[in-house]
Amino acid sequence: MSVNENKEWKPLIVAFCCNWCSYSGADTAGNNRASYPDNVKIIRVPCSCRINPLFILRAFQRGADGVLVMGCHPGDCHYTTGNYHTRRRMTLLFSMLNYLGVESARTRVEWVSAAEGARFAEVVTDFTKTIEELGENRRLEDLRCKTN
Amino acid sequence: MQDELIRRACELLEDGTVNRVLGWQKGQFVYDITPAVFTSVEEVKNNFVYNDFCGANLSKYLRSESEKEGKVLVFLKPCDTYSFNQLLTEYKIHRDNVYAVGIECYGKADVEKLRAKGIDCITDVKNENGTLKISTIYGEESVPAMDVMAERCLNCKSKKHVAYDELIGEDGEVLDSHRFDEVEEIEKMSAEERFKFWQSQLSKCIRCNACRNVCPACTCEKCVFDNYDSGAFNKAPANSFEESMFHIIRAFHVAGRCTDCGECSRVCPEHIPLHLLNRKFIKDYNELYGPFMAGAEVGQVSPVVDYTKDKDAEASVVQKGGAE
Amino acid sequence: MIVKVAYSDLNKVLDAISANEKLYLPVDNAAGQAEFKPYTEGVQMSKQLNTLRSAKDFFFPQVQPMVKFRREGKHIDIFDERSESEDYVIFGARACDVRSFDVLDNVFLADPVDTYYENRRKHATIVSLACNRPAETCFCGSFGIDAAKPAGDVQAWIVGDDFCMEPVTEKGQKLIDSIKDVLTEGDQAAVDAQIEKIHEILDRLPLKDVKPVDNRDKELEVFNSPKWAELSSHCLGCGACTFVCPTCQCFDIEDFTGNNHTIERYRCWDSCMYNDFTMMAAGTPRKTQKERFRQRFMHKLVYYPIKNDGMYSCVGCGRCLKKCPIQMNIVKVMKALEEDAE
Repeated sequence: MSVNENKEWKPLIVAFCCNWCSYSGADTAGNNRASYPDNVKIIRVPCSCRINPLFILRAFQRGADGVLVMGCHPGDCHYTTGNYHTRRRMTLLFSMLNYLGVESARTRVEWVSAAEGARFAEVVTDFTKTIEELGENRRLEDLRCKTN
Repeated sequence: MQDELIRRACELLEDGTVNRVLGWQKGQFVYDITPAVFTSVEEVKNNFVYNDFCGANLSKYLRSESEKEGKVLVFLKPCDTYSFNQLLTEYKIHRDNVYAVGIECYGKADVEKLRAKGIDCITDVKNENGTLKISTIYGEESVPAMDVMAERCLNCKSKKHVAYDELIGEDGEVLDSHRFDEVEEIEKMSAEERFKFWQSQLSKCIRCNACRNVCPACTCEKCVFDNYDSGAFNKAPANSFEESMFHIIRAFHVAGRCTDCGECSRVCPEHIPLHLLNRKFIKDYNELYGPFMAGAEVGQVSPVVDYTKDKDAEASVVQKGGAE
Repeated sequence: MIVKVAYSDLNKVLDAISANEKLYLPVDNAAGQAEFKPYTEGVQMSKQLNTLRSAKDFFFPQVQPMVKFRREGKHIDIFDERSESEDYVIFGARACDVRSFDVLDNVFLADPVDTYYENRRKHATIVSLACNRPAETCFCGSFGIDAAKPAGDVQAWIVGDDFCMEPVTEKGQKLIDSIKDVLTEGDQAAVDAQIEKIHEILDRLPLKDVKPVDNRDKELEVFNSPKWAELSSHCLGCGACTFVCPTCQCFDIEDFTGNNHTIERYRCWDSCMYNDFTMMAAGTPRKTQKERFRQRFMHKLVYYPIKNDGMYSCVGCGRCLKKCPIQMNIVKVMKALEEDAE
């Protein structure tokens, strides 16, 4: 994930998608030929509550400009309660990141079901636009990751 | 106060209620006090000390002490009793093996604050009704105790003992403290200012791990940062990212279990205000999920591992400027 | 020969030095602690007794990049990260820190020479400063260090309103010669009087009687002393003492593989107090905190003297006395060993 200085900057977005809803939502978006920006790197996780705060920080360390956490709608979790936990944890974590100076708009939790292909595209498009406006993330990035 | 504690400790040792005492041991100076286990009346009489510098929270030591044979007597200040309860909640202490004596606390002095006032070469400190009389080899000084009190004591959250078998002195009340004021001030800054503030603080970190090792909530057998296979292993502040990650993850891991005892900030050799990270989490879950004080009762469920189906705020509250 | 400048004009000296080479001196940071920083015009030297971190950082920084690799398919490129250091001056180091450089030299400059250390070490000129106001935690005298005559390349004293300097080595003479325009001739008698005054204070320090016991011939006896269990029983196993210590020199070498193409190999301070120190495939040889704690003090007070002709690997700066979270420090250990010896 090195950044090539010669090219024009394009935001790099990491999206953690739950296997049961959001990842399938991304598939649906593809099947429906819905277009969304190619800046997003999708990482599949078994459940949104599998996401450890370390994952989010690692993403920022390696140059992500924004991090999206996506899971099933509350009440629809494949494991019954996983996303309720995600909701509390990520709220607290993102609030902490905001407190440390990483703008709150760079982190987001969205609920996307397997059927919501259009919504997936919409969320990613909107988030990319926000990050483009914010510009490159220089906070929490690890300069050592930039050397080629 | 010290005489009273020594008298009671000796009584309990002599009548066999306990076979050892966990307390504070005298050092070479009035302030360099080491937590220690005393096994005989003689040791207690000679070496036990309780003064303005006995800030160390003894509850973490109960984890190993309560595994041993026989009962151990421990002296707990009000804030220590919260840590004690929290450790009980997590089944880290065998309650049957502990005889807890609650003791009054009027706030502890911070020797670094004394030094910051230019008072050095301290040979003795006496507290006379709230005024510290300090002898140094360069002369005598006197300072109001409040002026050199540790930050955590100035913002004391509670003088109430939430766990004890016996109490020496009076029990106090939960206080209406101003401990979140500093957090609010940082929240009011712009993202850029906040980042600069924390960068200047966290970049001082030397990764000595004193904050982690002294923390009563940090009781993992093997820390993720010590585990070579964890992917988070690191022992150097090699890049500003590493320290930030260490402190964010540590604060997150103790969120909901941190009783805000302030040991992390006390021991930090670089004086990083680590309590401000913990207090941010405490403030957030208090505002979002209702008041919660870790360690107030045994068996509480922390809001960080709990949930409600309909009432929880969505993560977007963070974008909307935090908790309403 | 003694030279001097008015203390209020000290910055003239600093300006003159920094015109020729890089200059580091202790300054107070925002939190009010002293730390070594590069000199920039107008910066005041800290009035505090000593810096929070020791001066070993100059030669042996906490993190030192060593070499870089770049991987491309089956091909690996290796990049040597070393470059010749520029000349620089360390201004205002105390006697204890100056001695610590000797302690480190015995380790890093012994065969095989550590080139990273040597590179930084040989380009440094050290201006030491006598301690007019030592603290209660000071016990450099126990190791034969004289805080009134701090050695280094140039030694300095603050005498009343004057800042007096005396070159000790050739390197020091060169430094003084290069800035002689801002200096005037000093008064040997005034400096001697100041030294006398400092000695008087040193004699009143509470730790002046702490003496290390020469246990070079009793290595095993000390090793097996029952005292270690008691002394270490409440050690938290953090590395605060080792990281503020001017003579602790253990390090670890790690690879950073953050991006998949470049691997950065660096060395960083390690602490014998950590449970993963000297971790091997079969586990760690020092299984409990007792052994780790014993290792640290045996190294300073027994092993190091055995290898270095009786020189102790402690300089009595007192940093660990101030920074240990539970206040279990080398003085308490030395006292316990003294009791054993009796």
